[in-house]
Amino acid sequence: MSTSPQNAYQPAVPAVPHTGVRPNVLNGRPASSVTIFPNRPVTEIAIPKVALDGISLSYKTTSGERLLALDNISLEVRAGEFLCIVGPSGCGKSTLLHLIAGLNPQTSGRVLVDGKPVSGPGTDRILIFQELGLFPWLTVGGNVEFGMKMKNVSKAEREEKVQYYLRLVHLSKFRDSYIHQLSGGMRQRVALARALATEPDVLLMDEPFAALDAQTRDLLHDELERLWAETGRTIIFVTHNVREAVRLGDRVALLTFRPGRVKQEFSVNLARPRHMEHTEVARSARDILDCLREEINKSLEAEYADEKIS
Amino acid sequence: MKKLARQIIFYTALLSIWAILAKLRVWPPYLFPPPWGVGHALWDGFADHSFWIGIAVTMKRMLIGYTLSIVLGMILGLAVSSNKFLEETLGGLLVSLQSLPSICWIPLAVLWFGLTEKAILFVVLMGSLLSVTIAMEDGRKQMPKIYGMAGRNLGASGFRLFWYVLLPASLPFIVNGMKQGWAFAWRSLIQAEMIFLSLGLGQLLMMGRDLSDMSQVMAVMILIIILGFMVDGLIFRTMERRLQEKYGLTPA
Repeated sequence: MSTSPQNAYQPAVPAVPHTGVRPNVLNGRPASSVTIFPNRPVTEIAIPKVALDGISLSYKTTSGERLLALDNISLEVRAGEFLCIVGPSGCGKSTLLHLIAGLNPQTSGRVLVDGKPVSGPGTDRILIFQELGLFPWLTVGGNVEFGMKMKNVSKAEREEKVQYYLRLVHLSKFRDSYIHQLSGGMRQRVALARALATEPDVLLMDEPFAALDAQTRDLLHDELERLWAETGRTIIFVTHNVREAVRLGDRVALLTFRPGRVKQEFSVNLARPRHMEHTEVARSARDILDCLREEINKSLEAEYADEKIS
Repeated sequence: MKKLARQIIFYTALLSIWAILAKLRVWPPYLFPPPWGVGHALWDGFADHSFWIGIAVTMKRMLIGYTLSIVLGMILGLAVSSNKFLEETLGGLLVSLQSLPSICWIPLAVLWFGLTEKAILFVVLMGSLLSVTIAMEDGRKQMPKIYGMAGRNLGASGFRLFWYVLLPASLPFIVNGMKQGWAFAWRSLIQAEMIFLSLGLGQLLMMGRDLSDMSQVMAVMILIIILGFMVDGLIFRTMERRLQEKYGLTPA
């Protein structure tokens, strides 16, 4: 029932004829990224940081029928890896993150972190929601401090870490501001600092940059890449934007439309730092997009079909 | 500034009409006192401390009764909003009870507690408890679900999740009900004080009637209006506006 780590990275997939991105048949980390970030330890651990073991989720719709949202998803994420999950809207990628975060229970299968099954929310996995969910009644500092307060971290240590993480996202000056006083990009960075401040092993990000303008998003990509390199966190990043996935990820997993299954995995072997406008990124994205198009069409068909009925 | 000018003109005109009618003696002065008569009564009331004492006694009862109803209302509202069985049973009962004017609790209160402070507090509590409960319940429902999830995600659970996340998150939705609760409590209290003889503004009002002193009656009425307006219009409305601004519910 469970996939062993060895064959997890060798799915039976057709080879995509391209240099930048290819179906993941290699177990090793691309050498190019090592040269860019020499400080990052490239360690292969026998137990994956996060393992999804046959995750399925179904729920009852209002009309009473059971809908299968996620179907037998198995994925493994190495410690320190940046995994991007792409798929058409409605494929359940956000739901998957909620399951990993332990906010909702799955119908069957297991979520394992360091080999131990997850049974609820835990501060070793912090989710950055699409809507962010920053607390408007707290200042920026209060938001960043929140998770540590819940973990009963001492006042002095909280103080110190709030300062540290706000500096990391360049928001030290806004420590006493309230959320409504900040711009969209600044709010994103507060959410990032709030998540990092609880010092999770795994950072789960649910389309965090979808609502931002292109310039702000590009800046945040750079910052996220830098933070990832500096802190060595494992990141699972959900997006519908393939180019963004190629820009950021070590690996891209493609989900199918309803029910969500892992259709194919791609390693991204491009040198970092990358940029959205790089031709290699665009070219690699096109390969994945070709694979994704079929699913997008399915999702559109389903949408139109819904319309006909109503 | 223009608004203020218009308001000044309006109130001056109102006072002038009142003064002219009183001067013309359309009705006898003991039924329709002139503005300066009421002004005198106000002055005398404050000079002999009876108004100060009345205000202090009334406000103290308000604070105790209202605080009680906030605490109990929150507990009740929380219970009703988090339990389906309670929502279907107790929730319905609470809504139907709200149609009962709180003055109707006076006979019961007097029988249970006698003519005591407790009876008055009971009436105040019953006056505002229900609106606070219902506001709390609505607040929990209207509150964006994301805050609860974010709180759990960051390691909050149980009482701490409620205290640090759910309660502040629903505050802008509760504050309106709290305001309404205050207004109900205020009405109930004055009514109860008019029936019980036990200091307070309500009693001063009745004393004016017993002495056929229309000036005092109107002076106390003005006092009640001003006090009520100060709390409702200034404190609550400012709080509401600030909250909405802070929570991004209105374009700031």
